[in-house]
Amino acid sequence: MRWLNIILVFMALTCLPFTMDGSSADHASSEVDVSHMLFGHIGDSYGWHITDWNGKHITIPLPCIVYSSTSGWHAFMSSRIEHGHSYNGFSLATEGRYQDKIVETASDGSVSRPFDISITKNVASLIFTALLLIAMILYAKRWYARNDAREKAPGGFTGLVEMMVMMVNDDIIKEAVGPEYRKYSPYLLTAFFFIFISNLLGIVPFFPGGANVTGNIAVTMVLALCTFFAVNMFANRHYWKEILWPDVPIFLKFPLPLMQLIEIFGMFTKPFSLMVRLFANIMAGHAMILGLVSVIFVTAKLGPVINGSMTVVTMLFGVFMDCLELLVAFIQAYVFTMLSGVFIGMSRQSEH
Amino acid sequence: MNLLLPDSGLIFWMTIIFAIVFFVLAKFGFPMITGMVEKRKTRIEEAIEAARKAEEAIAHLNQEHERLITQTREQQAQLKKDAAAERDRMIALAREQARVEAQKIMDEAKARIAEEKEDALRDMRREVSVLSLAIAEQILRKELKSDKSQKELVDKLVDELSGSLSDNTDVVS
Repeated sequence: MRWLNIILVFMALTCLPFTMDGSSADHASSEVDVSHMLFGHIGDSYGWHITDWNGKHITIPLPCIVYSSTSGWHAFMSSRIEHGHSYNGFSLATEGRYQDKIVETASDGSVSRPFDISITKNVASLIFTALLLIAMILYAKRWYARNDAREKAPGGFTGLVEMMVMMVNDDIIKEAVGPEYRKYSPYLLTAFFFIFISNLLGIVPFFPGGANVTGNIAVTMVLALCTFFAVNMFANRHYWKEILWPDVPIFLKFPLPLMQLIEIFGMFTKPFSLMVRLFANIMAGHAMILGLVSVIFVTAKLGPVINGSMTVVTMLFGVFMDCLELLVAFIQAYVFTMLSGVFIGMSRQSEH
Repeated sequence: MNLLLPDSGLIFWMTIIFAIVFFVLAKFGFPMITGMVEKRKTRIEEAIEAARKAEEAIAHLNQEHERLITQTREQQAQLKKDAAAERDRMIALAREQARVEAQKIMDEAKARIAEEKEDALRDMRREVSVLSLAIAEQILRKELKSDKSQKELVDKLVDELSGSLSDNTDVVS
């Protein structure tokens, strides 16, 4: 962030003499809308925008599925509501609370938001991630079905998958959960690989990648809820006793249940922290890389010298950020799995 | 555009997709991989244990081998020593036997020589007595040519004999 600030300050300084120039009004129309571009990429969308070519958007249309309380289920391709078009009363809101979401305009002119389970860009990316993950693991699994794993170790791709799986299984899950790790290991492994692959695909800048999946709070919320249920549904008596009747002086828990309130609050803050940590890290990473790339286009009107030098600087920072994001992609998957494991381990702790 | 508001449609799909991925992988994917690797781990541990045991056995065998060699060497040395002692004993025995045999032969020879000597002496004595008898005969024949001398001799002999008889009676009385 510090580097980005320095670049922004530098940019702002170099901008000054040009904006005082009278001709700046001519540039206004061709100015890059960084904010719109940035949030467009970070957020979700109904179609999968790939690139612009000769001033035309190249977008993969995705199915929209909506349920309206007045007209029932509707399914149509996202291309029908692009560029301000409307389809059966459904259109994209251009402003207000539901900006860039499908809204239904009733015959009397009132605007309402239908129940929307469209296959958006993020959902499509989720499906792609899921298929990729299942294909990877099942492909690796085939080796074990065909070979006697006791006699030899796999090589190549299966070896890589085995190394990753066993690293997560032995170094994260076994360490964090404790003796009963076997029961939770499939969930935690699934969570790890799902997050890891989503993170990596998010860094890939072109088509099947590029969606900000794990940087979307809905996705991380579902993952955190899974951990929440894994913790609380299989917790033992000791865990509930620690929450409902903790080992503290009696005036702290009766008649006013202060400790109980804190403990119950803690039950929810743990998965909440998981949700926000993953979301914020990945979202910020995407925002920073996009922001850096935008610098090239923002400086385009400042003349070739500034633009050229800024491009070089931006490229260097971009490469650095991409490397950092590769690291973050792994670290965030690691941290999510490890903390989930620790929370689960706490719920299975026996009396000490 | 509110980044912090989770979208209900995305929650819906994420739940379904994650649940499917979880069930597929938890049923067909991860447990098989981890289980197989665990099995391999136990097998490797067993193999290492077996190798350790084999090594121990080999070390034990080597020790046994060493021990046998030393034992054999000792036995060999003992045998050599015994053989030497036996040889010495046999030589000594043979020498002793030879000595005894020689002694015996010598004794025999000595006895023979003594015997021979005795025989020779006896023969000589006989010869001498025969000779003396012959001489005495010759002398007597010459001296007893007269009756007087025969008488004298008979008297003398009678005296000598009676003398010797009286000596005998004196001793008896």
